[in-house]
Amino acid sequence: MGYLLEVKNIVKRFGGLVAVDNVSLGVNPGEVVALLGDNGAGKSTLIKVISGVHSPEEGEILFDGKRVTIETPMDALSMGIETIYQDLALAENLNVYSNIFLGREITKKFAGFIPVLDHNYMHSEAQKVLDTLVIKIPSLRARIKSLSGGQRQAVAISRSLYWKARLLIMDEPTAALGVAQQSQVLELVESLKHRGIGIILISHTMFDVFKVADRIVVLRRGQKVADKKRSDTTPDEIVSYIVGADSVQ
Amino acid sequence: MSNENPYPTASLERPTAVSVLARNWALAFLILLFVVFSITGRGFFSLANFRNVFYQPTTFIFLAAAETFVIITGGIDLSVGFVMGLSSVMAASIMQTLAASGIPVAETLIVGSAVGLAISLIPGLVSGVLIARFRVPPFIATLGMWGITNGITLAICQGFPVTGVPNAAVNLGNGYLAYGFPGKQLTMFAWPAGVVDTQARQLIRIFPNALLLWILVILVLWLILNRTRFGQHTFAIGGNMEAAKRAGINVQRHLITIYVLSSFLAGLAGVYNVFQSGVGNFTPFYASYELFAIAAVVIGGASLMGGKGSLFGSVVGVLMLGVLENGLSISGVPSFYRFIAVGVILVFAVVIDQLFPDLF
Amino acid sequence: MTDRAKTAGPSATSSFIGRHWAALFLVLEVIVFCIVADGFFTLHTFQLVFIAGIPLFLLAVAETFVIITGGIDLSVGFIFGFGTVVSAKLIVAFQGLGLGDAEAILVGCLATLLIGIIPGYVNGWLVARLRVPPFIATYSMLSVSYGISEILVEGSQAGNLPYLATVVGTSYFAYFIPGRGLSFFSHERVTRGTDVISILPVMVVVVFVIILIFAFVLRNTRFGQHTYAIGGSSDAAVRSGISVKWHLERVYMISSFLATLAGILYTLQYAEGKADAGASYLLDSIVAVVIGGASLYGGVGTIGGTLIGALLLSVLETGLRVLGLPNFTIYVTVGVILIVAVLVDQFLPERTDSYR
Repeated sequence: MGYLLEVKNIVKRFGGLVAVDNVSLGVNPGEVVALLGDNGAGKSTLIKVISGVHSPEEGEILFDGKRVTIETPMDALSMGIETIYQDLALAENLNVYSNIFLGREITKKFAGFIPVLDHNYMHSEAQKVLDTLVIKIPSLRARIKSLSGGQRQAVAISRSLYWKARLLIMDEPTAALGVAQQSQVLELVESLKHRGIGIILISHTMFDVFKVADRIVVLRRGQKVADKKRSDTTPDEIVSYIVGADSVQ
Repeated sequence: MSNENPYPTASLERPTAVSVLARNWALAFLILLFVVFSITGRGFFSLANFRNVFYQPTTFIFLAAAETFVIITGGIDLSVGFVMGLSSVMAASIMQTLAASGIPVAETLIVGSAVGLAISLIPGLVSGVLIARFRVPPFIATLGMWGITNGITLAICQGFPVTGVPNAAVNLGNGYLAYGFPGKQLTMFAWPAGVVDTQARQLIRIFPNALLLWILVILVLWLILNRTRFGQHTFAIGGNMEAAKRAGINVQRHLITIYVLSSFLAGLAGVYNVFQSGVGNFTPFYASYELFAIAAVVIGGASLMGGKGSLFGSVVGVLMLGVLENGLSISGVPSFYRFIAVGVILVFAVVIDQLFPDLF
Repeated sequence: MTDRAKTAGPSATSSFIGRHWAALFLVLEVIVFCIVADGFFTLHTFQLVFIAGIPLFLLAVAETFVIITGGIDLSVGFIFGFGTVVSAKLIVAFQGLGLGDAEAILVGCLATLLIGIIPGYVNGWLVARLRVPPFIATYSMLSVSYGISEILVEGSQAGNLPYLATVVGTSYFAYFIPGRGLSFFSHERVTRGTDVISILPVMVVVVFVIILIFAFVLRNTRFGQHTYAIGGSSDAAVRSGISVKWHLERVYMISSFLATLAGILYTLQYAEGKADAGASYLLDSIVAVVIGGASLYGGVGTIGGTLIGALLLSVLETGLRVLGLPNFTIYVTVGVILIVAVLVDQFLPERTDSYR
């Protein structure tokens, strides 16, 4: 089966700095690829290239085997590439279903021609998606402000699910969560695998990585230094790739 | 953390001509203006105009200094214009009363000034407490004081400038440190004995009092800002208030002090205003002095986000705006164009600051 | 992001008071003035509150949009002045070109409205594309528009407007003359001293319709939703595909549009164009918005709340005037109210989200 998403020879520069240096990787549907690397290794930049925030200087991106150009976040979203950032990119002042529909609100016609927000529809659709997730949220009219970390993750993930995400990029999903919530989120990730969604997971937590990842890719100083199946490697080995112990003579 | 900054700062780059110019653009622009206006305006580059350029803006320099401290902490003080008016009116009223009661001139001036300065501490204290203790946003707190001080000022002066100030005040405010007359000894602060008005042209005037005053004040403030712990803490709070708190800095008390300092400097501006003009002036509410001061501070390189700013820069900012207005009017340009010029330059300043973030 | 446990909430009453304190204060204010001020409790005074409040209502609504996005528009007062000057000048100009009175007024006003969008576009462009802080961008615009306005009127005022202009600006929907009955839009000539009771100023109705439209947009459309989103988290908005830059430009355009409209209405009321006519409204409009529950950090606020805040101020100023109190009392009171409003917000968390 071909890759769901494949990036080939991506190069991204900022002024004189090469943030991503000739990186290639692929993600299969239903597979979790963990993207690891120390600070400044290029992980964030790479996923921003994939999600349309940055344009690469060189390289190509293939989705479903076809060459695509992703120049804006909207391009990525319309292809089904959704990103859940570390800060979740939720509007705290809006409620749960408004966030799920943010930027793509459903409207109905008022007086025949004026498009107005269709709150009821959005509420019920949001409810349907959230019901399929492990983490429960009592009221969808509650503002994000009043939700816990795990609930916010659930909202962010629901947003991606509703829009039929095919590839989900998750940036440090368990950071700043308590232990119980961390395992809930990891359960969520597992369940997403079963839906055939490809997932790129950025994490510093080796425990998370070895729990859910199928493959592990390590970046160092913008370059890919490892691409291994989880079963073929160990945490120690991965750490040595991250810090570069293997290249020490 | 996956929060790598994709835009590494270039602060360690070798300085290029462009970046140095941009860094000190306000100063460069000021010099440029000088050159341009010397050509286009007759009389620009003369001693008389020197007064207009360098020490007419004295009150604004004080206001800008006030804003500098506040803005470095990440706040803002919208009340300085009206506190200045309050002090001006208050000081003049006291002087008027004392002079009318026959109190000697020296005491009148001193007491009046002291009262004017003292009263200026109050709005700052109130704002500071609201901001530091009650977490009212500085914009709102000082906006409220803006209205309140204006109201109180108008109540005191009933909408009229306060007169009855002894002439000595004006002489002092517009006077010089020393005067020389051919054949006579040098005298301080007053004309040499025996010199009459008709001989005024031959008078040698040395060093305007106003210039002396603001140079001294700015010097002291500069020392405070750049050489003391207090100044250091000011920058720290503006840079990262949480970090400052955790480092043990008493942020609440510091902020209150900053706003008191700000309104004190505004009070100083107001009291000097009496010495400059000879009357107590309330601030007309369309005057926007505070916005002018804030503009000067931003032009001088401060960031409204806090943590960055310099007194020297603020002074340059005031002078630049002053030269702009002065030069334009001497060159025959109608005064309302100044407003347009100030607006455009301010935006320009900020845009430059975005491009070269390490100004000053 | 810790779990937020629900603490034992305050009682239903204090929660109600907390959420609606501005409206309650307004009611209280009206009652107090009715008792204390002679001549307050009349139809004339009530209508005066609304007529005098027109600039404030429009400018406060303008500020509401901008403040919800987390910005501020300091130029509204002087765009108001710009609006008065441009409309006055254009109406006279069109008359000079041969248009009849009514046409000149109509075309002049429409042209002014179109021109008035430009300062807002510039503001939005500076804020969104050049990333100039809203404070600076709109302060510059304040300065620039004041300069332009004063240059246009050569330092005095613009006048010489056709009589029809003031008729439009000061007419009422209905007039009741005791003994002669009700008439609409105009009334027959009466001898001096006859009582004419004017009902429902046309200007006020027009203004309220316009405000209702904008309130509808803010509350029920995608545009409104995105306005809140940008204020709540511009990052979230960007990543959701919302074109934040485009949106901010539109928001500042709305602001200057409403400010210009307010200026045009001023011209129609007073038959003159005055560059600094709107200078005092900036403080008031921001106070109104804050009283109405908006946060200066953005993301929160409603037009309904803003209107209550604006009414609160308008009643206050009218009431104090009826009482014969001097202007300075108003300044002091407004300043105090502003601070009280903010403090109340702090201590009653049901109202808005907390300040940082």
